Amino acid sequence: MAVTTEGAPAPRRKTLGETVRHRPEYVLGPLLLVVILSVWHGLVTWMEVPSYIVPKPYEVASAFYHGVFKGNYLYHAGVTLSEALSGFFIASSLGLVLGTLIAQSRLVEKTLYPYLITIQTTPKIAVAPLLIIWFGFGMTSKVVIAATVAFFPVLVNVIAGLRSIDREKIELMRSLNASKWQMFRMARLPSALPIIFAGLNVAIVFSILGAIVGEFVGSKAGLGNVILQANVNMDTSSIFAVLVCLAIIGISMHGLMGFLQRRLVFWGNSGPPS
Amino acid sequence: MKKVAHARVDEPVARPSVIEIRNLQKVFAARDGNPVQALSSVSLDIAKGEFLTIVGPSGCGKSTLLRLVAGLADPSEGELLLNGSPITGPQRDMGIVFQSPVLFPWRSVMDNVLLPADVLKLDRRDARNRAEELLEIVGLSDFAKKYPNELSGGMQQRVAIARALVHRPSVVLMDEPFGALDAMTRDTMNLEIMRIWREAGTTILFVTHSIPEAVFLGERVVVMTARPGKIAEVVDVDLPANRGIDIVNTDHFGTYARRIRNHFNARGLD
Repeated sequence: MAVTTEGAPAPRRKTLGETVRHRPEYVLGPLLLVVILSVWHGLVTWMEVPSYIVPKPYEVASAFYHGVFKGNYLYHAGVTLSEALSGFFIASSLGLVLGTLIAQSRLVEKTLYPYLITIQTTPKIAVAPLLIIWFGFGMTSKVVIAATVAFFPVLVNVIAGLRSIDREKIELMRSLNASKWQMFRMARLPSALPIIFAGLNVAIVFSILGAIVGEFVGSKAGLGNVILQANVNMDTSSIFAVLVCLAIIGISMHGLMGFLQRRLVFWGNSGPPS
Repeated sequence: MKKVAHARVDEPVARPSVIEIRNLQKVFAARDGNPVQALSSVSLDIAKGEFLTIVGPSGCGKSTLLRLVAGLADPSEGELLLNGSPITGPQRDMGIVFQSPVLFPWRSVMDNVLLPADVLKLDRRDARNRAEELLEIVGLSDFAKKYPNELSGGMQQRVAIARALVHRPSVVLMDEPFGALDAMTRDTMNLEIMRIWREAGTTILFVTHSIPEAVFLGERVVVMTARPGKIAEVVDVDLPANRGIDIVNTDHFGTYARRIRNHFNARGLD
Protein backbone atom coordinates (compact mmCIF):
# COMPACT_ATOMS: atom_id res chain seq x y z
CA MET A 1 0.00 0.00 0.00
CA ALA A 2 0.94 3.62 -0.31
CA VAL A 3 3.34 4.49 2.47
CA THR A 4 5.76 6.38 0.27
CA THR A 5 3.47 9.27 -0.58
CA GLU A 6 4.49 11.55 2.32
CA GLY A 7 4.63 15.07 0.97
CA ALA A 8 3.44 14.00 -2.48
CA PRO A 9 1.15 16.45 -4.28
CA ALA A 10 -2.61 15.96 -4.31
CA PRO A 11 -4.50 13.65 -4.52
CA ARG A 12 -3.34 12.62 -1.08
CA ARG A 13 -3.40 8.86 -0.71
CA LYS A 14 -4.25 7.08 2.49
CA THR A 15 -1.42 6.28 4.87
CA LEU A 16 -0.86 2.69 5.94
CA GLY A 17 -2.45 3.48 9.31
CA GLU A 18 -5.62 4.77 7.68
CA THR A 19 -5.81 1.76 5.38
CA VAL A 20 -5.51 -0.61 8.32
CA ARG A 21 -8.33 1.20 10.08
CA HIS A 22 -10.74 1.46 7.13
CA ARG A 23 -10.04 -1.75 5.20
CA PRO A 24 -8.27 -4.08 7.68
CA GLU A 25 -8.78 -7.04 5.32
CA TYR A 26 -6.30 -5.50 2.83
CA VAL A 27 -3.58 -5.93 5.42
CA LEU A 28 -4.84 -8.99 7.27
CA GLY A 29 -5.29 -11.07 4.09
CA PRO A 30 -1.65 -10.88 2.92
CA LEU A 31 -0.53 -11.12 6.54
CA LEU A 32 -2.35 -14.46 6.85
CA LEU A 33 -0.47 -15.75 3.80
CA VAL A 34 2.85 -14.77 5.40
CA VAL A 35 1.84 -16.54 8.62
CA ILE A 36 0.80 -19.71 6.75
CA LEU A 37 4.02 -19.82 4.71
CA SER A 38 6.11 -19.24 7.87
CA VAL A 39 4.34 -21.98 9.81
CA TRP A 40 4.67 -24.30 6.79
CA HIS A 41 8.40 -23.58 6.51
CA GLY A 42 8.91 -23.85 10.27
CA LEU A 43 7.08 -27.18 10.62
CA VAL A 44 8.76 -28.82 7.61
CA THR A 45 12.20 -27.72 8.83
CA TRP A 46 11.60 -28.63 12.48
CA MET A 47 10.09 -32.06 11.70
CA GLU A 48 12.77 -32.71 9.04
CA VAL A 49 10.18 -33.67 6.42
CA PRO A 50 12.00 -34.65 3.20
CA SER A 51 11.38 -32.49 0.13
CA TYR A 52 9.78 -35.31 -1.86
CA ILE A 53 7.03 -35.55 0.80
CA VAL A 54 6.41 -31.86 1.47
CA PRO A 55 8.67 -29.27 -0.16
CA LYS A 56 9.52 -25.98 1.55
CA PRO A 57 7.72 -22.87 0.28
CA TYR A 58 10.81 -21.48 -1.44
CA GLU A 59 11.31 -24.79 -3.25
CA VAL A 60 7.76 -24.50 -4.59
CA ALA A 61 8.46 -20.91 -5.59
CA SER A 62 11.62 -22.00 -7.37
CA ALA A 63 9.80 -24.84 -9.18
CA PHE A 64 7.06 -22.39 -10.17
CA TYR A 65 9.59 -19.88 -11.49
CA HIS A 66 11.48 -22.50 -13.51
CA GLY A 67 8.27 -24.11 -14.78
CA VAL A 68 6.72 -20.85 -15.92
CA PHE A 69 9.72 -18.88 -17.17
CA LYS A 70 12.21 -21.59 -18.19
CA GLY A 71 9.91 -24.57 -18.72
CA ASN A 72 6.66 -25.14 -20.58
CA TYR A 73 4.04 -24.55 -17.88
CA LEU A 74 2.50 -21.75 -19.93
CA TYR A 75 2.00 -24.08 -22.89
CA HIS A 76 0.41 -26.75 -20.68
CA ALA A 77 -1.70 -24.16 -18.87
CA GLY A 78 -2.84 -22.94 -22.29
CA VAL A 79 -3.87 -26.47 -23.26
CA THR A 80 -5.81 -27.02 -20.02
CA LEU A 81 -7.40 -23.59 -20.20
CA SER A 82 -8.56 -24.00 -23.80
CA GLU A 83 -9.97 -27.46 -23.02
CA ALA A 84 -11.81 -26.05 -20.01
CA LEU A 85 -13.08 -22.94 -21.81
CA SER A 86 -14.22 -24.88 -24.90
CA GLY A 87 -16.03 -27.33 -22.62
CA PHE A 88 -17.53 -24.44 -20.69
CA PHE A 89 -18.82 -22.69 -23.81
CA ILE A 90 -20.33 -25.89 -25.20
CA ALA A 91 -21.90 -26.67 -21.83
CA SER A 92 -23.35 -23.19 -21.32
CA SER A 93 -24.71 -22.90 -24.87
CA LEU A 94 -26.32 -26.32 -24.69
CA GLY A 95 -27.53 -25.68 -21.15
CA LEU A 96 -29.11 -22.35 -22.14
CA VAL A 97 -30.86 -23.72 -25.21
CA LEU A 98 -32.05 -27.01 -23.70
CA GLY A 99 -32.95 -25.38 -20.38
CA THR A 100 -35.06 -22.81 -22.20
CA LEU A 101 -36.81 -25.48 -24.24
CA ILE A 102 -37.49 -27.65 -21.19
CA ALA A 103 -38.79 -24.68 -19.19
CA GLN A 104 -41.41 -24.01 -21.88
CA SER A 105 -43.53 -26.91 -20.73
CA ARG A 106 -44.34 -27.93 -17.18
CA LEU A 107 -45.03 -31.48 -18.37
CA VAL A 108 -41.70 -31.87 -20.17
CA GLU A 109 -39.92 -30.43 -17.16
CA LYS A 110 -41.69 -32.70 -14.69
CA THR A 111 -41.03 -35.74 -16.88
CA LEU A 112 -37.34 -35.00 -17.35
CA TYR A 113 -36.52 -33.55 -13.94
CA PRO A 114 -35.98 -36.81 -12.01
CA TYR A 115 -33.55 -37.94 -14.72
CA LEU A 116 -31.76 -34.62 -14.74
CA ILE A 117 -31.35 -34.75 -10.97
CA THR A 118 -30.11 -38.33 -11.19
CA ILE A 119 -27.51 -37.41 -13.80
CA GLN A 120 -26.68 -34.21 -11.91
CA THR A 121 -25.94 -36.16 -8.71
CA THR A 122 -24.03 -38.98 -10.44
CA PRO A 123 -20.29 -38.28 -10.51
CA LYS A 124 -19.84 -37.71 -14.23
CA ILE A 125 -16.08 -37.92 -13.74
CA ALA A 126 -16.66 -41.69 -13.68
CA VAL A 127 -17.36 -41.72 -17.41
CA ALA A 128 -14.04 -40.02 -18.18
CA PRO A 129 -12.21 -43.28 -19.06
CA LEU A 130 -15.04 -44.14 -21.46
CA LEU A 131 -14.80 -40.74 -23.13
CA ILE A 132 -11.04 -41.18 -23.55
CA ILE A 133 -11.74 -44.44 -25.40
CA TRP A 134 -14.30 -42.71 -27.61
CA PHE A 135 -12.51 -39.44 -28.29
CA GLY A 136 -8.82 -40.35 -27.95
CA PHE A 137 -5.89 -38.89 -26.05
CA GLY A 138 -6.02 -35.44 -27.64
CA MET A 139 -7.85 -32.31 -26.54
CA THR A 140 -11.27 -33.42 -27.83
CA SER A 141 -11.87 -35.93 -25.06
CA LYS A 142 -11.00 -33.32 -22.39
CA VAL A 143 -13.34 -30.80 -23.97
CA VAL A 144 -16.11 -33.40 -23.94
CA ILE A 145 -15.42 -34.32 -20.31
CA ALA A 146 -15.30 -30.66 -19.26
CA ALA A 147 -18.56 -30.00 -21.12
CA THR A 148 -20.25 -33.06 -19.58
CA VAL A 149 -19.32 -31.97 -16.07
CA ALA A 150 -20.22 -28.31 -16.59
CA PHE A 151 -23.47 -28.88 -18.50
CA PHE A 152 -25.83 -29.89 -15.69
CA PRO A 153 -25.29 -27.00 -13.29
CA VAL A 154 -26.10 -24.66 -16.21
CA LEU A 155 -29.14 -26.65 -17.34
CA VAL A 156 -30.65 -26.98 -13.87
CA ASN A 157 -30.10 -23.29 -13.08
CA VAL A 158 -31.52 -22.14 -16.41
CA ILE A 159 -34.71 -24.10 -15.73
CA ALA A 160 -34.89 -22.90 -12.11
CA GLY A 161 -34.10 -19.33 -13.19
CA LEU A 162 -36.77 -19.19 -15.88
CA ARG A 163 -39.26 -20.50 -13.33
CA SER A 164 -38.24 -17.96 -10.71
CA ILE A 165 -40.07 -14.97 -12.17
CA ASP A 166 -42.75 -13.61 -9.84
CA ARG A 167 -46.39 -13.94 -10.77
CA GLU A 168 -46.99 -10.20 -10.85
CA LYS A 169 -44.42 -9.61 -13.61
CA ILE A 170 -46.17 -12.29 -15.65
CA GLU A 171 -49.55 -10.67 -14.96
CA LEU A 172 -48.22 -7.28 -15.96
CA MET A 173 -46.89 -8.62 -19.26
CA ARG A 174 -50.08 -10.58 -19.80
CA SER A 175 -52.20 -7.49 -19.18
CA LEU A 176 -50.30 -5.89 -22.07
CA ASN A 177 -51.06 -8.85 -24.31
CA ALA A 178 -47.36 -9.68 -24.59
CA SER A 179 -46.43 -12.48 -26.99
CA LYS A 180 -44.61 -15.54 -25.72
CA TRP A 181 -41.38 -14.26 -27.20
CA GLN A 182 -41.81 -10.80 -25.62
CA MET A 183 -42.58 -12.47 -22.31
CA PHE A 184 -39.35 -14.46 -22.59
CA ARG A 185 -37.10 -11.69 -23.84
CA MET A 186 -38.40 -8.83 -21.72
CA ALA A 187 -39.37 -10.58 -18.49
CA ARG A 188 -38.41 -14.23 -18.01
CA LEU A 189 -34.82 -14.20 -19.25
CA PRO A 190 -33.68 -11.06 -17.40
CA SER A 191 -35.41 -12.35 -14.24
CA ALA A 192 -33.52 -15.62 -14.61
CA LEU A 193 -30.07 -14.07 -15.13
CA PRO A 194 -28.96 -13.97 -11.47
CA ILE A 195 -29.72 -17.69 -11.07
CA ILE A 196 -28.26 -18.56 -14.49
CA PHE A 197 -25.06 -16.79 -13.48
CA ALA A 198 -24.87 -18.80 -10.27
CA GLY A 199 -24.95 -21.90 -12.50
CA LEU A 200 -22.29 -20.49 -14.84
CA ASN A 201 -20.05 -19.76 -11.85
CA VAL A 202 -20.23 -23.41 -10.81
CA ALA A 203 -19.80 -24.54 -14.42
CA ILE A 204 -16.56 -22.64 -15.03
CA VAL A 205 -14.95 -24.24 -11.96
CA PHE A 206 -16.33 -27.66 -12.93
CA SER A 207 -14.98 -27.38 -16.47
CA ILE A 208 -11.43 -26.85 -15.18
CA LEU A 209 -11.94 -29.83 -12.90
CA GLY A 210 -13.20 -31.89 -15.86
CA ALA A 211 -10.21 -30.95 -18.04
CA ILE A 212 -7.71 -31.89 -15.30
CA VAL A 213 -9.40 -35.21 -14.56
CA GLY A 214 -9.49 -35.96 -18.29
CA GLU A 215 -5.77 -35.30 -18.47
CA PHE A 216 -5.23 -37.64 -15.52
CA VAL A 217 -7.02 -40.45 -17.29
CA GLY A 218 -5.07 -40.15 -20.51
CA SER A 219 -3.37 -37.23 -22.21
CA LYS A 220 -0.33 -35.91 -24.03
CA ALA A 221 -0.35 -32.39 -22.65
CA GLY A 222 -1.94 -30.08 -20.09
CA LEU A 223 -1.35 -29.28 -16.43
CA GLY A 224 -2.96 -32.59 -15.37
CA ASN A 225 -0.39 -34.34 -17.51
CA VAL A 226 2.43 -32.31 -15.88
CA ILE A 227 1.17 -33.33 -12.42
CA LEU A 228 1.17 -37.02 -13.44
CA GLN A 229 4.72 -36.84 -14.79
CA ALA A 230 5.96 -34.96 -11.72
CA ASN A 231 4.25 -37.61 -9.61
CA VAL A 232 6.13 -40.40 -11.34
CA ASN A 233 9.42 -38.54 -10.71
CA MET A 234 8.49 -37.85 -7.06
CA ASP A 235 8.96 -34.18 -7.98
CA THR A 236 6.65 -32.86 -5.27
CA SER A 237 7.77 -29.26 -5.67
CA SER A 238 6.56 -29.26 -9.27
CA ILE A 239 3.19 -30.71 -8.24
CA PHE A 240 2.77 -27.87 -5.78
CA ALA A 241 3.88 -25.39 -8.44
CA VAL A 242 1.21 -26.71 -10.86
CA LEU A 243 -1.37 -26.45 -8.10
CA VAL A 244 -0.41 -22.77 -7.78
CA CYS A 245 -0.95 -22.40 -11.55
CA LEU A 246 -4.37 -24.05 -11.26
CA ALA A 247 -5.28 -21.78 -8.35
CA ILE A 248 -4.35 -18.74 -10.45
CA ILE A 249 -6.43 -20.03 -13.38
CA GLY A 250 -9.37 -20.76 -11.08
CA ILE A 251 -9.27 -17.35 -9.43
CA SER A 252 -8.96 -15.59 -12.81
CA MET A 253 -11.98 -17.44 -14.22
CA HIS A 254 -13.97 -16.76 -11.07
CA GLY A 255 -12.99 -13.09 -11.30
CA LEU A 256 -13.95 -12.94 -14.97
CA MET A 257 -17.38 -14.41 -14.24
CA GLY A 258 -17.81 -11.97 -11.35
CA PHE A 259 -16.96 -9.10 -13.71
CA LEU A 260 -19.43 -10.31 -16.34
CA GLN A 261 -22.08 -10.83 -13.70
CA ARG A 262 -21.65 -7.32 -12.29
CA ARG A 263 -21.91 -5.97 -15.83
CA LEU A 264 -24.90 -8.01 -17.01
CA VAL A 265 -26.80 -8.43 -13.75
CA PHE A 266 -26.01 -5.01 -12.35
CA TRP A 267 -29.28 -4.87 -10.38
CA GLY A 268 -27.71 -7.65 -8.32
CA ASN A 269 -29.37 -9.13 -5.29
CA SER A 270 -32.79 -7.70 -6.09
CA GLY A 271 -32.94 -10.34 -8.83
CA PRO A 272 -34.64 -13.55 -7.75
CA PRO A 273 -37.78 -13.01 -5.71
CA SER A 274 -38.26 -15.06 -2.58
CA MET B 1 -77.90 12.24 -0.85
CA LYS B 2 -78.48 15.79 0.07
CA LYS B 3 -77.04 18.39 -2.27
CA VAL B 4 -74.01 20.34 -1.21
CA ALA B 5 -73.38 23.95 -2.16
CA HIS B 6 -69.99 23.39 -3.79
CA ALA B 7 -70.88 20.46 -5.99
CA ARG B 8 -68.93 19.85 -9.19
CA VAL B 9 -69.95 22.22 -11.92
CA ASP B 10 -67.91 20.62 -14.66
CA GLU B 11 -69.80 17.37 -14.38
CA PRO B 12 -71.86 16.51 -17.44
CA VAL B 13 -75.42 15.37 -16.92
CA ALA B 14 -74.95 11.87 -18.24
CA ARG B 15 -71.58 10.53 -19.31
CA PRO B 16 -71.41 7.53 -21.65
CA SER B 17 -70.41 4.21 -20.08
CA VAL B 18 -66.93 2.98 -20.84
CA ILE B 19 -67.33 -0.28 -18.94
CA GLU B 20 -70.56 -2.20 -18.50
CA ILE B 21 -70.73 -5.10 -16.09
CA ARG B 22 -73.87 -7.23 -16.28
CA ASN B 23 -74.70 -9.92 -13.76
CA LEU B 24 -71.09 -11.02 -13.40
CA GLN B 25 -70.33 -14.25 -11.54
CA LYS B 26 -67.05 -15.90 -10.72
CA VAL B 27 -66.71 -19.34 -9.13
CA PHE B 28 -63.29 -20.72 -8.16
CA ALA B 29 -62.36 -24.29 -7.43
CA ALA B 30 -60.81 -24.15 -3.97
CA ARG B 31 -57.88 -26.31 -2.89
CA ASP B 32 -60.22 -28.93 -1.40
CA GLY B 33 -62.11 -29.13 -4.67
CA ASN B 34 -65.25 -27.37 -3.46
CA PRO B 35 -66.40 -24.42 -5.52
CA VAL B 36 -66.04 -20.97 -3.93
CA GLN B 37 -68.27 -18.17 -5.11
CA ALA B 38 -65.98 -15.15 -5.37
CA LEU B 39 -68.45 -12.88 -7.12
CA SER B 40 -72.20 -13.14 -7.28
CA SER B 41 -74.33 -11.20 -9.75
CA VAL B 42 -72.37 -7.99 -9.89
CA SER B 43 -73.75 -5.30 -12.21
CA LEU B 44 -72.13 -1.92 -12.62
CA ASP B 45 -71.74 0.86 -15.18
CA ILE B 46 -68.58 2.89 -15.18
CA ALA B 47 -68.82 6.26 -16.88
CA LYS B 48 -66.16 7.71 -19.13
CA GLY B 49 -63.69 9.77 -17.13
CA GLU B 50 -65.09 8.61 -13.82
CA PHE B 51 -63.02 7.94 -10.69
CA LEU B 52 -64.70 4.89 -9.19
CA THR B 53 -63.47 3.28 -5.99
CA ILE B 54 -64.33 -0.21 -4.84
CA VAL B 55 -64.04 -0.85 -1.11
CA GLY B 56 -64.54 -4.00 0.92
CA PRO B 57 -62.88 -6.43 3.31
CA SER B 58 -60.40 -9.01 2.09
CA GLY B 59 -62.13 -11.83 0.27
CA CYS B 60 -65.04 -9.71 -0.93
CA GLY B 61 -64.03 -10.30 -4.53
CA LYS B 62 -62.94 -6.75 -5.30
CA SER B 63 -59.60 -7.86 -6.71
CA THR B 64 -61.33 -10.64 -8.63
CA LEU B 65 -63.65 -8.06 -10.16
CA LEU B 66 -60.65 -6.00 -11.21
CA ARG B 67 -58.89 -9.03 -12.73
CA LEU B 68 -62.03 -9.86 -14.71
CA VAL B 69 -62.24 -6.32 -16.04
CA ALA B 70 -58.53 -6.51 -16.92
CA GLY B 71 -59.19 -9.67 -18.92
CA LEU B 72 -56.69 -11.60 -16.77
CA ALA B 73 -59.37 -14.08 -15.74
CA ASP B 74 -62.59 -15.29 -17.34
CA PRO B 75 -65.96 -14.82 -15.67
CA SER B 76 -68.04 -17.91 -14.89
CA GLU B 77 -71.15 -16.11 -16.02
CA GLY B 78 -72.32 -12.67 -17.04
CA GLU B 79 -71.31 -9.98 -19.47
CA LEU B 80 -68.39 -7.58 -19.47
CA LEU B 81 -68.16 -4.81 -22.06
CA LEU B 82 -65.46 -2.27 -22.79
CA ASN B 83 -66.72 0.54 -25.03
CA GLY B 84 -69.55 -1.75 -26.08
CA SER B 85 -67.49 -4.80 -27.07
CA PRO B 86 -67.02 -7.85 -24.88
CA ILE B 87 -63.78 -8.28 -22.91
CA THR B 88 -62.36 -11.68 -23.80
CA GLY B 89 -58.73 -11.11 -22.86
CA PRO B 90 -56.30 -8.35 -21.90
CA GLN B 91 -57.11 -5.09 -23.67
CA ARG B 92 -54.53 -2.67 -24.95
CA ASP B 93 -56.87 0.12 -23.91
CA MET B 94 -56.20 -0.52 -20.21
CA GLY B 95 -53.43 0.21 -17.77
CA ILE B 96 -52.91 -1.63 -14.50
CA VAL B 97 -51.27 -0.63 -11.24
CA PHE B 98 -50.71 -3.50 -8.81
CA GLN B 99 -50.26 -3.37 -5.05
CA SER B 100 -46.50 -3.66 -5.48
CA PRO B 101 -44.82 -1.53 -8.14
CA VAL B 102 -43.70 -4.59 -10.20
CA LEU B 103 -40.88 -2.65 -11.82
CA PHE B 104 -38.21 -4.45 -13.84
CA PRO B 105 -34.95 -3.88 -11.95
CA TRP B 106 -32.89 -4.17 -15.16
CA ARG B 107 -34.75 -1.27 -16.78
CA SER B 108 -34.17 2.38 -15.90
CA VAL B 109 -37.12 4.42 -14.64
CA MET B 110 -37.67 5.79 -18.15
CA ASP B 111 -37.50 2.31 -19.71
CA ASN B 112 -39.89 0.94 -17.11
CA VAL B 113 -42.40 3.62 -18.03
CA LEU B 114 -41.85 2.74 -21.69
CA LEU B 115 -42.47 -1.00 -21.17
CA PRO B 116 -46.08 -0.94 -22.43
CA ALA B 117 -44.93 1.04 -25.48
CA ASP B 118 -42.27 -1.61 -26.17
CA VAL B 119 -44.68 -4.50 -25.80
CA LEU B 120 -47.38 -2.80 -27.86
CA LYS B 121 -44.76 -1.65 -30.41
CA LEU B 122 -45.86 1.98 -30.26
CA ASP B 123 -43.93 4.72 -32.01
CA ARG B 124 -40.79 5.12 -29.91
CA ARG B 125 -40.39 8.89 -30.15
CA ASP B 126 -44.05 9.53 -29.46
CA ALA B 127 -44.01 7.22 -26.46
CA ARG B 128 -40.84 8.85 -25.15
CA ASN B 129 -42.43 12.28 -25.20
CA ARG B 130 -45.46 10.91 -23.40
CA ALA B 131 -43.23 9.16 -20.84
CA GLU B 132 -41.32 12.39 -20.17
CA GLU B 133 -44.61 14.19 -19.74
CA LEU B 134 -45.84 11.55 -17.29
CA LEU B 135 -42.60 11.52 -15.28
CA GLU B 136 -43.05 15.28 -15.02
CA ILE B 137 -46.61 14.78 -13.74
CA VAL B 138 -45.55 12.22 -11.12
CA GLY B 139 -42.60 14.42 -10.16
CA LEU B 140 -39.82 12.04 -11.21
CA SER B 141 -38.28 13.88 -14.16
CA ASP B 142 -34.91 13.98 -12.43
CA PHE B 143 -34.98 10.23 -11.88
CA ALA B 144 -35.55 9.05 -15.46
CA LYS B 145 -32.07 7.51 -15.73
CA LYS B 146 -32.08 5.95 -12.25
CA TYR B 147 -32.85 2.31 -11.58
CA PRO B 148 -35.78 1.11 -9.43
CA ASN B 149 -33.61 -0.06 -6.54
CA GLU B 150 -32.40 3.54 -6.13
CA LEU B 151 -35.97 4.74 -5.49
CA SER B 152 -38.17 4.74 -2.38
CA GLY B 153 -41.38 2.69 -2.27
CA GLY B 154 -43.57 5.73 -2.96
CA MET B 155 -41.43 6.78 -5.90
CA GLN B 156 -41.51 3.26 -7.33
CA GLN B 157 -45.29 3.24 -7.17
CA ARG B 158 -45.36 6.59 -8.98
CA VAL B 159 -43.25 5.03 -11.74
CA ALA B 160 -45.81 2.23 -11.92
CA ILE B 161 -48.59 4.82 -12.30
CA ALA B 162 -46.73 6.59 -15.11
CA ARG B 163 -46.20 3.19 -16.78
CA ALA B 164 -49.94 2.46 -16.59
CA LEU B 165 -50.68 5.72 -18.42
CA VAL B 166 -47.97 5.77 -21.10
CA HIS B 167 -50.01 4.07 -23.82
CA ARG B 168 -52.92 6.46 -23.20
CA PRO B 169 -55.38 3.80 -22.03
CA SER B 170 -58.98 4.91 -21.62
CA VAL B 171 -59.24 2.92 -18.36
CA VAL B 172 -56.70 2.54 -15.56
CA LEU B 173 -57.21 -0.26 -13.03
CA MET B 174 -55.60 0.10 -9.63
CA ASP B 175 -55.48 -2.80 -7.20
CA GLU B 176 -54.72 -1.36 -3.74
CA PRO B 177 -51.79 0.55 -5.21
CA PHE B 178 -50.92 2.35 -1.98
CA GLY B 179 -51.59 -0.55 0.41
CA ALA B 180 -47.91 -1.19 1.05
CA LEU B 181 -47.00 2.46 1.70
CA ASP B 182 -46.80 4.21 5.07
CA ALA B 183 -49.70 6.46 6.09
CA MET B 184 -47.98 9.76 5.28
CA THR B 185 -46.78 8.68 1.86
CA ARG B 186 -50.22 7.27 1.22
CA ASP B 187 -51.88 10.67 1.87
CA THR B 188 -49.44 12.31 -0.52
CA MET B 189 -50.07 9.66 -3.14
CA ASN B 190 -53.83 10.08 -2.79
CA LEU B 191 -53.55 13.79 -3.52
CA GLU B 192 -51.22 13.03 -6.37
CA ILE B 193 -53.43 10.43 -8.00
CA MET B 194 -56.36 12.89 -7.96
CA ARG B 195 -54.21 15.48 -9.66
CA ILE B 196 -53.02 12.92 -12.22
CA TRP B 197 -56.60 11.83 -12.85
CA ARG B 198 -57.65 15.42 -13.45
CA GLU B 199 -54.71 16.06 -15.79
CA ALA B 200 -54.81 12.76 -17.68
CA GLY B 201 -58.60 12.59 -17.89
CA THR B 202 -58.77 8.79 -17.86
CA THR B 203 -61.31 6.56 -16.20
CA ILE B 204 -59.94 5.08 -12.99
CA LEU B 205 -61.15 1.94 -11.26
CA PHE B 206 -59.52 1.93 -7.85
CA VAL B 207 -59.72 -1.00 -5.43
CA THR B 208 -58.92 -0.42 -1.77
CA HIS B 209 -59.75 -1.78 1.67
CA SER B 210 -59.42 1.66 3.25
CA ILE B 211 -62.77 3.41 3.67
CA PRO B 212 -61.25 6.92 4.00
CA GLU B 213 -59.20 6.35 0.84
CA ALA B 214 -62.29 5.16 -1.04
CA VAL B 215 -64.34 8.21 0.01
CA PHE B 216 -61.51 10.66 -0.53
CA LEU B 217 -60.76 9.51 -4.06
CA GLY B 218 -64.02 8.24 -5.47
CA GLU B 219 -66.73 10.12 -7.28
CA ARG B 220 -68.66 6.98 -6.53
CA VAL B 221 -67.79 4.32 -3.99
CA VAL B 222 -68.82 0.74 -4.66
CA VAL B 223 -69.19 -1.04 -1.33
CA MET B 224 -68.66 -4.78 -1.54
CA THR B 225 -69.30 -7.45 1.08
CA ALA B 226 -67.90 -10.96 1.28
CA ARG B 227 -69.25 -14.52 1.06
CA PRO B 228 -70.35 -14.32 -1.64
CA GLY B 229 -68.76 -11.18 -3.04
CA LYS B 230 -71.43 -8.75 -4.08
CA ILE B 231 -72.20 -5.06 -4.24
CA ALA B 232 -73.92 -3.84 -1.06
CA GLU B 233 -74.30 -0.23 -2.13
CA VAL B 234 -73.01 2.34 -4.57
CA VAL B 235 -72.47 5.64 -2.78
CA ASP B 236 -72.32 8.91 -4.74
CA VAL B 237 -69.71 11.06 -3.07
CA ASP B 238 -70.33 14.77 -3.26
CA LEU B 239 -67.20 16.48 -2.04
CA PRO B 240 -65.50 19.63 -3.37
CA ALA B 241 -63.44 18.85 -6.45
CA ASN B 242 -60.38 20.64 -5.14
CA ARG B 243 -60.23 18.85 -1.81
CA GLY B 244 -57.20 18.68 0.45
CA ILE B 245 -56.40 15.82 2.78
CA ASP B 246 -57.94 17.86 5.67
CA ILE B 247 -61.38 17.02 4.35
CA VAL B 248 -61.23 13.65 6.10
CA ASN B 249 -61.82 15.57 9.37
CA THR B 250 -65.07 17.19 8.22
CA ASP B 251 -68.52 15.96 9.28
CA HIS B 252 -69.52 15.64 5.67
CA PHE B 253 -66.69 13.20 5.00
CA GLY B 254 -67.45 11.38 8.25
CA THR B 255 -71.06 10.84 7.21
CA TYR B 256 -69.93 8.99 4.07
CA ALA B 257 -67.33 6.96 5.95
CA ARG B 258 -69.85 5.94 8.64
CA ARG B 259 -72.44 4.99 6.08
CA ILE B 260 -69.95 2.68 4.36
CA ARG B 261 -68.62 1.26 7.59
CA ASN B 262 -72.15 0.33 8.66
CA HIS B 263 -72.28 -2.21 5.87
CA PHE B 264 -69.35 -4.04 7.37
CA ASN B 265 -70.37 -3.59 11.01
CA ALA B 266 -73.74 -5.14 10.29
CA ARG B 267 -71.99 -8.30 9.10
CA GLY B 268 -69.46 -8.42 11.88
CA LEU B 269 -65.88 -7.34 11.42
CA ASP B 270 -64.51 -9.78 8.92
